[in-house]
Amino acid sequence: MGIDVLSFSILNGILYGMLLFLLASGLTLIFSMMGVLNFAHASFFMVGAYFGYALSGRIGFFPALIVAPVLVGGIGALVERYGLRRVHKFGHIGELLFTFGVAFVIEEAIQMVWGRSPQNFEVPAALDFTAFTLFGTGYPAFRVFMLVVSLLIFGGLALLLTRTRVGLVVKASLTHPEMVSMLGHNVPLVFMAVFGVGSALAGIAGVIAGPLLVTQPSMAAAIGPILFVIVVVGGLGSLSGAFIASLLVGFIQTFAVAINTSVADVFGLFGIDTAPTFLGPLFTDIWSVNVAQIGPVVPYLLLVLILLFKPSGLIGKRA
Amino acid sequence: MTNAIEIEDLRKSFGPVEIIRGVNLELRRGERHALIGPNGAGKSTLFHLISGRLPATSGKIRLNGHEIQGKSPAEIAHAGLSRSFQITNIFPEMTVLENLRCAVLWKLGHRYSVLRPIRRLRDVNAECERLLVELGLQDRRAERADTLTYPEQRALELGLAVASGAGTLLLDEPMAGMSHTETAAALDLIKRVTEGKTLLMVEHDMGVIFEVADRISVLVYGEIIATGTPEEIRANPAVQEAYLGTATEEAA
Repeated sequence: MGIDVLSFSILNGILYGMLLFLLASGLTLIFSMMGVLNFAHASFFMVGAYFGYALSGRIGFFPALIVAPVLVGGIGALVERYGLRRVHKFGHIGELLFTFGVAFVIEEAIQMVWGRSPQNFEVPAALDFTAFTLFGTGYPAFRVFMLVVSLLIFGGLALLLTRTRVGLVVKASLTHPEMVSMLGHNVPLVFMAVFGVGSALAGIAGVIAGPLLVTQPSMAAAIGPILFVIVVVGGLGSLSGAFIASLLVGFIQTFAVAINTSVADVFGLFGIDTAPTFLGPLFTDIWSVNVAQIGPVVPYLLLVLILLFKPSGLIGKRA
Repeated sequence: MTNAIEIEDLRKSFGPVEIIRGVNLELRRGERHALIGPNGAGKSTLFHLISGRLPATSGKIRLNGHEIQGKSPAEIAHAGLSRSFQITNIFPEMTVLENLRCAVLWKLGHRYSVLRPIRRLRDVNAECERLLVELGLQDRRAERADTLTYPEQRALELGLAVASGAGTLLLDEPMAGMSHTETAAALDLIKRVTEGKTLLMVEHDMGVIFEVADRISVLVYGEIIATGTPEEIRANPAVQEAYLGTATEEAA
């Protein structure tokens, strides 16, 4: 791999990792607080992309970047207030099934409004240029913009949680919500706000990822499983764990595409140049598999390994 | 002057099982009241009912003359009640100082603002400083709460309850799991920091109860069978049979 591919892969790895963290951070906060893995989280990401697309056409991309997440956050808050909170008394299984249901409803609703085909969500003209050229290859400004937005939100979230009054109450509620309510804080309101803000973060991720990934009804189902890999690998409920796992998965997925090594090449290093034909055609197929093809499987392989050897995740304490 | 707490014919059922069966109890303002009773008598359930964690099936609970039955835990806290839990309920991943900051926010009128960093709030800092000294935790302020020793954690939890500014405190087995010397120190601390407040505590250590309590109520199978001074309770034959008798056997 040349230095050019390496540099771009590092950039893209960070970018994809930060985008995943925008989603994983909200999911992790919601899980820590309510003990529920929100299956609809990736759906809010998709709603963000569609709202971003629809609003961009009317008010422009940058206003849409503000308005769409606010709307998504509002929907999230309503789902918590009038859905999840009522289902809560039926236990975690009920809540889990409820979030499953919400995910299906959102997917169907989006298909009803926008149909099944991908939308033409374009990179805004103001950001449609080459930001810089490295080793003769240009890097798009929109990707730099995505990276900056993700980093700003990451920084803002960190400051919010460590420095402010609301952050203190949220952090306390993550472990002992009952004690927090005994101290006079309105814990149901905090829950609703965290769910809303978490959904809004997913919405922001949707708006900035919409032009780059394809805005279509299957985008939630495409990113959802990766999110669960991240929160489990990082350790359920751990924000720092989710951060590390997001970057890890981001790097795995970008580097895998960039590395063009096949099984045959690995054996070639040992002087074995041809596939042993006596093992049959199946083996000849495996012989030609390259890393780029294995790439998408690696995060799930990581998930299996983590569950086998460190079920609590990289940082988490809960099994 | 109204009583701190008045409970009238309070009942709580879980399905067909009635756990609290018509409790009547009055806490005079400023008294230290102990609640004793065998395991499963309903002491913790009664605490959950008073603090709003569980809704009662029927009956009345008044705090300083105001009805609080059916209100949320936060509303009851605003009305002037705070509690500790049987299992230590501090915020493990936050520092001692952050724990206390979280507890004093509401009392000092700070709501959920994202403006102004919390370390610049002078009133919060001053109040936390005072509490740190009072609890003897001033050298531990920057430590994560889960790295404290057990007695320190219990002291911090007591601190959280006191820091909320409530006039009435419910303490659920504050001495559980402590050694003899630790208990003595904890008892001193409780007496010091709850000075002037109304206290209702569940405790199993009879030595502690007879030393700290102005009055004692005995809860057996969801009913209060006696309320009185430590001397009266010690002399009450029904109590001896229901509770002290078994306690002596356990100790033997």
